[in-house]
Amino acid sequence: MNSYTIALAGNPNTGKSTLFNTLTGLRQHTGNWAGKTVVMAEGEFSRGNTTFRIIDLPGTYSLYSNSADEEVARDYIIFEQPDVTIVVLDATSLERNLNLALQVLEMTPRVVVCVNLIDEAKRLGIRIDLEKISQRLGVPCIAISARNHIGIENLLDQVEKVANGTIVPNPVQITYSDQIESKLAQLEPLIEKTLGSRFPTRWIALRLLDGDESLLRTLKKRMQEPATSSGKECLTHGQTVCH
Amino acid sequence: MPSISIPLSDALMGSHICLDRIDVQGILRRRLLDLGFVPGNIVEVMQKSPLGDPIAFRVNNTIIALRKEESSLIFGEYVGSDEK
Repeated sequence: MNSYTIALAGNPNTGKSTLFNTLTGLRQHTGNWAGKTVVMAEGEFSRGNTTFRIIDLPGTYSLYSNSADEEVARDYIIFEQPDVTIVVLDATSLERNLNLALQVLEMTPRVVVCVNLIDEAKRLGIRIDLEKISQRLGVPCIAISARNHIGIENLLDQVEKVANGTIVPNPVQITYSDQIESKLAQLEPLIEKTLGSRFPTRWIALRLLDGDESLLRTLKKRMQEPATSSGKECLTHGQTVCH
Repeated sequence: MPSISIPLSDALMGSHICLDRIDVQGILRRRLLDLGFVPGNIVEVMQKSPLGDPIAFRVNNTIIALRKEESSLIFGEYVGSDEK
């Protein structure tokens, strides 16, 4: 019996919660995470021999330290390290939505991109080349309509394959200007020495260059706590610590 | 006729502006970029509120209202049929 933790990330109003409800049926409950005022819903469902614990992160346009809900979503992906993060995109507004997708891809390779509202897009005459998106992003990309239960099985197939390692995504890496890249090259070895490989080194280096003090504070706090959960182990037994 | 860059706060209602510069700083800058106020993107000036501030803009198919404090720091040029 396998058990995996899946996080749902995406812009507000892309249908994350609809997908959440579609997947979990009536078994969802909301939980208030310690020290936060933002509510994340959590639910569970089984499929074949596999149990999925699914976390509905707050809808955000970004995953930087702009607001409490963005920090909640960011901290979950970085520190709780779900087995798979599903990035839910609104098919009718891909341009803005892909901003968040790229941010998540910088944080973790274990991502499945899910283009929701595909029926709505079709109605509007929007055609989406999933294969191309998947190729360019380097992660599986599935079209669904959470409201009308289209594509859900396909989505879960891909999620399971990424969770159990059948598919190892190779996300596109954004190359920045020479100036930023040379700073990253200086920072990354130092970060790796300090934090080990528990966290995405390049992403942390980028946040440091960004002057993200809130992330630094959170990191320090996490470092002082006894290491109860080893990030890498999440991959095998799929149990993350939640407060 | 070469276009000149104007702040969004001075743009005519109904016009389309191609953004070229965002001078807002800090967290708000980040947020505006996330919402699609990026150089090269086209913004439609939708509607002024009764007192003239805030102004509603359509960006990436979403309507977003900005105060003059911010919209006066976002610059761009007229594009399309509304060109002056």
